[in-house]
Amino acid sequence: MSIRTKIGALAILAIVLAVLFMTIDAGGQWDYILQKRGKKLIAILLTGTAIAFSTVVFQTITNNRILTPSIIGLDSLYMLLQTVIVFVFGSTALTLMNKNLQFILAVGLMVLFALLLYHLLFRREGRNIYYLLLIGLIFGTFFSSLSSFMQKLIDPNEFLIVKDKMFASFNNVNSDILLIAIAGVLVTGIYFSRFNKYLDVLALGREHAVNLGVSYDYVVKRMLIVVAILISISTALVGPITFLGLLVANVAYQFLNTYRHKQLIAGASLISVIALVGGQLVVERVFTFSTSLSVIINFIGGVYFIYLLLKENKSW
Amino acid sequence: MKKTYLIAALIILSIVSLLIGAKTTSLTELLRLDPEQWEIMRISRFPRLISIVIAGVSMSIVGLIMQQLTRNKFVSPTTAGTMDSAGFGIMVSMLLFSSAGPLGKIAVAFVFALLGTFIFMRILDKVKYKDTIFIPLVGLMFGGIVSSATTFFAYKYDLIQSMNAWLFGDFSMIMQGRYEILYISVPLVALSYFFANKFTVAGMGEEFSVNLGLNYKQVVNIGLFIVALVTSVVVLTVGSIPFIGLIVPNLVTIFKGDNLKKNLSDTALLGAVFVLACDILGRVIIYPYEVPIGLTVGVIGSGIFLYLLMRRKTYEH
Amino acid sequence: MVKVRGVSKKYGGKKVVDNVSVDIAQGKITSFIGPNGAGKSTLMSMISRLITKDEGEVVIDGQEVGSWKSNELAKKISILKQSNHINIRLTVKDLVSFGRFPYSQGKLTKEDVKYVDKAIAYMDLEPMRDKYLDELSGGQKQRAFIAMVIAQNTEYVLLDEPLNNLDMKHSVQIMKVLRRLVDELGKTVVIVIHDINFASCYSDFIVALKDGKIVKEGTTDEIMDQDVLREVYDMDIPIENIGGNKICVYFT
Repeated sequence: MSIRTKIGALAILAIVLAVLFMTIDAGGQWDYILQKRGKKLIAILLTGTAIAFSTVVFQTITNNRILTPSIIGLDSLYMLLQTVIVFVFGSTALTLMNKNLQFILAVGLMVLFALLLYHLLFRREGRNIYYLLLIGLIFGTFFSSLSSFMQKLIDPNEFLIVKDKMFASFNNVNSDILLIAIAGVLVTGIYFSRFNKYLDVLALGREHAVNLGVSYDYVVKRMLIVVAILISISTALVGPITFLGLLVANVAYQFLNTYRHKQLIAGASLISVIALVGGQLVVERVFTFSTSLSVIINFIGGVYFIYLLLKENKSW
Repeated sequence: MKKTYLIAALIILSIVSLLIGAKTTSLTELLRLDPEQWEIMRISRFPRLISIVIAGVSMSIVGLIMQQLTRNKFVSPTTAGTMDSAGFGIMVSMLLFSSAGPLGKIAVAFVFALLGTFIFMRILDKVKYKDTIFIPLVGLMFGGIVSSATTFFAYKYDLIQSMNAWLFGDFSMIMQGRYEILYISVPLVALSYFFANKFTVAGMGEEFSVNLGLNYKQVVNIGLFIVALVTSVVVLTVGSIPFIGLIVPNLVTIFKGDNLKKNLSDTALLGAVFVLACDILGRVIIYPYEVPIGLTVGVIGSGIFLYLLMRRKTYEH
Repeated sequence: MVKVRGVSKKYGGKKVVDNVSVDIAQGKITSFIGPNGAGKSTLMSMISRLITKDEGEVVIDGQEVGSWKSNELAKKISILKQSNHINIRLTVKDLVSFGRFPYSQGKLTKEDVKYVDKAIAYMDLEPMRDKYLDELSGGQKQRAFIAMVIAQNTEYVLLDEPLNNLDMKHSVQIMKVLRRLVDELGKTVVIVIHDINFASCYSDFIVALKDGKIVKEGTTDEIMDQDVLREVYDMDIPIENIGGNKICVYFT
């Protein structure tokens, strides 16, 4: 099977699932159903693609296929923000607060945090990127310590509200926010397009990239910012799905077996959409909402990933 | 950092720890042998002190063992998935063996902690790029995956908040009759003294140690056994206390250099002093309420870990 | 013309390269020799902007390295480091095509393809052009990387220990290729090399470094001298003339 065929097959599968998702058990109320499900589907397409794209880019920059941008502490920060709001102002505040404001606040805070981290990294020469990640992870642990402590103190009923935020969900996506998110992702994507050509070269590693005339620090810094923005937007839109990116990027590498990023990114995005739409179908139809999609994906992604680590004998 | 200072600090902090709390006790009343005061001591303060000391000592020693075995300064139960695996085990025992006593729960937690640590060691074998920074990164990610599995089940059975409460390190619930299981750690710590040198040799790698006539697999297994059991016991009684096993041995190394046998006692002492100090801080900072140890150590510990990381870079380059 | 002026690099307080100035001769092979830790690789990395320098300047064709546009510089000078581990799976042709990136930015034109084919032919890699790098032997892999540098078609070619881990046959093969690059294509080649006899047989100029400083530089004939080598390596190295080449006999 050529790579084109493979990507074509993925696209067809994604479309079939999407149509199925839109039409299954519709029960005649088309106006309402299409609008409600359409919103969900758009949210899935947006976050699925954003996460797949940023993970592939991130793994190329770090030259490492077992890392994901989700681990630099952004989701813990997001959770902390939600917990603090409930803890300080009560759960009603979280429901009453202006959604747009909340979204922009969350994205802004996460991007700011990422920028501070990057600043720390690039201030001195010779820092490797693992260092940045480890520091991000430790901040993540720090944030989660704070949130768990507050969650302990919160009244169990209020906790239910926080718990909802802990897991990504496509069920209650707000249309206004969706529009802001789409605009954000589009602008970031357009900004990124001029760096597209560097991805293949960056995969060779820093020294080869510099030798081939890439202004390495300049390009990588901007790519990392783009990655942080995309992850922040998708987290603030639907909630954290830490291991989705890891899962879909690695499936894409295995399935497509190429180094060309155009194909890799297309493949990973499609796989991501398939996983999310398929997963959402399973959650709605099989589990009848008794579990959360992000919990399932994190679980499957995690297990698959450990399997990869143990099975493959590659150098990372 | 002389040993005498550490011992002095330990004694002073222990006394302070006994005296502060929601019900104030004063030394004079104690010396008058006030029975009510002594009752508080017996039921709550002494158990608390003992469990702090045991947890501090054993978690630090366990961290040191892991660092020797992996030859990596930043590996510890927190950064190798051991803690998270023990948590997974506790969740399993809550689900499947909810009637089991603490010993049963520990057995289950231990099995999972051991399994998780073994998987981490297997991953280490597979990772060719043994960068000091990269390994704990992999370990923390592995831990994240394990706890996402915990969340998967906890979510399904609505256990999230109670799991969080359970796993969050907290000494305030320690009372007579609820901490004694921690004593399991004592012989294990003694055992690690006995094996100290062998752990160091095993850390040099399989070929190296076989060449020196060491039963490599056995020594590594004993090490991991101690690590997993101590971690499970502490997580089950106190909750998870992050980073102790990482920062205490590293701080000792900064002052004393690398020598496992000599550092063991200092590490143990500093571990006890560190947790005691954090606990006292947590008890006085918002008195009469208290900040649980998981948070104090989480905050102070991540700060020190960051410092250790930054420091490392300045002298290596 | 590559001119190095007063270049220094410090790592944690220790000067690895200490105020080095040297001119690289056009259209010749220049070898950097010296004991371990002499600063050869660091110097080469600074010349090729892989690492930044703390002091001094490197001027390539009249312009300081830092003020060159990175992409333009990549058409002037290329560097191949000794550890060429690549994480992704590439065929020889893919790898060599990357050498055209400075010109094509990823979209190969007909002319680019011509350059790639020529480079592959030049390194005798045609039979394995569609093989993956991880299927090649060490010597073939090294040739593939050199083919990439040839496709990059730069005036200056810098190689950091190109013979590392190669057996005798492949070492000779690589050195002959470098000689041809200079003699036939008029390139300027700079290599860091450990085997002093290879340096003696194939290079035109030698720069001898020790403790981050240049001990002596000159023609191969001038440097292949017992007194000079004693100063560089702190040992007595008898030199024999064998078949018109000066060979160091330092083994006993």
